[in-house]
Amino acid sequence: MGQTLIEKIISHNTGDASVRPGQIVTVNVDRVMIHDIFIPFVVEKFREMGFTKVWDPDKVVLIYDHLVPTSAVEDVRHFKIGDAFVKEQGLTHFHRADGICHQLMPEMGYARPGQIVFGTDSHTTTYGCVGCFSSGIGYTEMASILGTGEMWCRVPETIRIEIDGDLPKGVYAKDVILTVIGDLRADGATYKSLEFSGSCVEKMSVSSRMTMSNMSIECGAKCALFVPDEKTAAFSGVSLESVSWVKPDPDAHYERVIYYNAADFVPVVACPSQVDNIHPVSEKAGVKVDEVFLGSCTNGRLEDLAVAARILKGKKIAPYVNMIVTPASRSIYREAIKAGYIETLAEAGAMITQPGCGLCCGRAGGILTDGETVLATNNRNFLGRMGTSGVNIYLGSPATAAMTALTGVITAEA
Amino acid sequence: MGMTIAEKIVARAAGVNEVHAGEIHTVTLDRMMSNDGTTHLTIDMYHNKLNHPHIADPGKVVFIVDHNIPAENPKTAAVHKKMREFSKEHGIKMYEGKGVCHQIMVEDYVCPGELIFGADSHTCSYGALGAFGTGVGCTDFLYGMVTGESWVMVPETLRFNLHGKLREGVYPRDLILTIIGDIGANGANYKCMEFAGDGAHALSVNDRFVLCNLAVEAGAKTGIVEPDEKVAAYVEAHGRKAEHMFVSDPDAKFTKVYEYDLDKIEPVVARPDFVDDVLPLRELLAGDEVKIDEAFLGSCNNGRIDELRVAAHMLKGKKVHPDVRFIVAPASNAVYLEALKEGIIDTLLEAGAMVMNCNCSVCWGSCQGVIGENEVLISTGTRNFKGRAGHKTSKVYLASAATVTASAIAGRITGAENLD
Amino acid sequence: MSSFTGKIWVLGDDIDTDIIIPTEYLALPTVDDMKKYAFSPLRPELAGQIQSGDIIVAGKNFGCGSSREQAPEIIKHLGVACVIAKSFARIFFRNSINNGLLLIESDLYDHVKEGDEISVTLGESIEHDGVSYPISPLPKNLTDILEAGGLVKAMQKRNGLI
Repeated sequence: MGQTLIEKIISHNTGDASVRPGQIVTVNVDRVMIHDIFIPFVVEKFREMGFTKVWDPDKVVLIYDHLVPTSAVEDVRHFKIGDAFVKEQGLTHFHRADGICHQLMPEMGYARPGQIVFGTDSHTTTYGCVGCFSSGIGYTEMASILGTGEMWCRVPETIRIEIDGDLPKGVYAKDVILTVIGDLRADGATYKSLEFSGSCVEKMSVSSRMTMSNMSIECGAKCALFVPDEKTAAFSGVSLESVSWVKPDPDAHYERVIYYNAADFVPVVACPSQVDNIHPVSEKAGVKVDEVFLGSCTNGRLEDLAVAARILKGKKIAPYVNMIVTPASRSIYREAIKAGYIETLAEAGAMITQPGCGLCCGRAGGILTDGETVLATNNRNFLGRMGTSGVNIYLGSPATAAMTALTGVITAEA
Repeated sequence: MGMTIAEKIVARAAGVNEVHAGEIHTVTLDRMMSNDGTTHLTIDMYHNKLNHPHIADPGKVVFIVDHNIPAENPKTAAVHKKMREFSKEHGIKMYEGKGVCHQIMVEDYVCPGELIFGADSHTCSYGALGAFGTGVGCTDFLYGMVTGESWVMVPETLRFNLHGKLREGVYPRDLILTIIGDIGANGANYKCMEFAGDGAHALSVNDRFVLCNLAVEAGAKTGIVEPDEKVAAYVEAHGRKAEHMFVSDPDAKFTKVYEYDLDKIEPVVARPDFVDDVLPLRELLAGDEVKIDEAFLGSCNNGRIDELRVAAHMLKGKKVHPDVRFIVAPASNAVYLEALKEGIIDTLLEAGAMVMNCNCSVCWGSCQGVIGENEVLISTGTRNFKGRAGHKTSKVYLASAATVTASAIAGRITGAENLD
Repeated sequence: MSSFTGKIWVLGDDIDTDIIIPTEYLALPTVDDMKKYAFSPLRPELAGQIQSGDIIVAGKNFGCGSSREQAPEIIKHLGVACVIAKSFARIFFRNSINNGLLLIESDLYDHVKEGDEISVTLGESIEHDGVSYPISPLPKNLTDILEAGGLVKAMQKRNGLI
């Protein structure tokens, strides 16, 4: 019997051609990512376990993004510990202020098609956008991988999501994945692999796929995979032939297959305070906002800034509304300058911040207080995520964000 | 008897022909500016302490959110919310995230000859346009907002005659730090620092901003550069009229007159933890190497296009030292847009600098780029007081944009001329 | 300890990691510094009320959200004997096992109220108000880690430290 995409990747890694869901396997890890929030804990556990050398310095990536820029005196402690570990272990893949980890991992080619990558962050599922099996783990497990290069995992069942056709105007990958999460619910794919396919997905850019794989953790998925194509190969800097094996067999067994007609999607928002509390934007139209956030590893890429710039060109953001734009990486920021998007957004009155996690991780970057409402393009709207528990967080697409900034009330692109 | 610039401005604001240092006068304020550092306290007093709360002229009041923007915690978010609600209720113009308050005031409001209160010590910056700006506390601000008036004691004036030109690689920032080092942190207490002479007139409006802005670090009530056609041109280019271009009378009384030959000024640094602990950079470099953890280019003192140009020019084809966080915060959205168009922002990003949104950033020390235990910062900000930028054991050196950028590249304090 | 009794605190569905410990406190130096903020967005008083040996009972998808391992560590540091939920989010589940925090999948949530007392016998059942709820056993690789006392201990053993 054939294999799903995740089974293929695990088989390729372990050399056991017959892996099946439910089986517990030990995989050789191709790359790991650690970010600034957890590096002190990883180092502490690494030493406590009795390790002195990481198994392969080339396979370790350390990225500072949650605490960039610092906003509290304790923040720097994380950098000091990280800097010392970089020097001690001879790590070369290290980013002090270049953007969000999940953007940099695929962008810099650290996570590639067919590989197995773990990161100390739940949104590590992002790298599935290039057909990489990637998943979030805690710092104790990260420490054990650093020492051994290995990790146990249970081969997950696969839910295949087929989306065919063209998305209507004003509907984006963000609306698609929010709708899927709303349908599956917050725990609908727990422990499972999502496999996206269909003509709609094939037409999507790698960036749009990234939005979807990024958010798949919000329905509990262990990973969310896309079959690599020419676009992926170009993005990842690999030849298509070298990754042609990264695809499911025609007779693969899926726990479930869910079909969507792309034409049926509408702009949606996730309403406070669960990501699976999905409603059409039209139902929430007119809800007043105080702030709009365009950014994060979900929606801080060039195509997202392009949509916002198109909508805001020659216009001004509504009075008493703050719009915060945080490009996902240094290179995206620079490309957006070249394309003129940054100038357009700054002229419209947006604040352009240094690339990083910003508001999404809730430590700085536009925190709110009781009674305030934000429309944000990031991945979570949990209670208290962006300030007090009296803050209302709506999640939507970059188009909805830009329209909302323009009007001051939740608005879909016409 | 003749009058100084400061006396003429107070006389106009008091509606009298002549005033002199030491007198106390009731004045009508031309403008009032308050930022998110303290406005919430003023609003609380407005609601809790007044029997008949009202605002004399909302059109003269400006609220600016620049210290903690974007907000880094719910407390500062609540301050912004309070300002927004008050601004809506009373029709007060409000800016959020558009730049450092003093930069916005100079770009959008300040006119020569005006008397302006700001609830921030660096309000003295407005002397760049020949205005009398001074910092006040919340109570003074509230009184001014409610009545439209206030009282001022007419300050004595220290006159600084500047001659000649700064040498290449020496900046107004070095000049004002040198002056503060010479006269001390209280050398101009309650007084006006008036800058004139051919050397002053040779400076651009932006450069004059640098001088006036730091006057408070010598204790001054305000700092004013004798306004001239450059000021008139600036004001008119920003859509306003220059109606009261006051200069001191030949027989005006100055408490003291200082003469500075600008070509004798050299690059300097202010050492931790006092702005007046100034020494020539070459002397600092002769001592032990000072490694840095962070460098900051920005603030109302040194975050304008001129300074960004200096940094971009030096960084072209170079990289920020891998151990250093180099934080750049343009002083306003207008500055940012200009820098974008000139390719400066891209150059900074390419070199590895972190470009912040337009705000007080590291200079305020509680929202962005906060430094940790025993860390060293070199900054173009306004102050280097103990703990100003973060942990109480951290150290802050103040220097020009060129010295800060050179240090960011080298990973230790150094001068631009010492770079390879 | 193969069986124990404790008082229960009842939480709802989808108790996420931001509720268990908000990001703002993650840069505090130790888990003990953080633990007083546990559950603060939802029930700020709860961290101060939980006593050693108490049990948390919740609905579905407990621990969803981020990979922050402080979430299970904090719950353990509060003295919680185990968390019983209808289901657990994946990363939280792994992190709990690795830190020796006992998790039990059960629909007990539908049958209890806060303050009730329950008894747990590992590998067998939960007893509440005269009703017995069966517990299914964990896979062997997980019981190995739990038996070693968590993943750190397992690695120390591997490296010959213990």
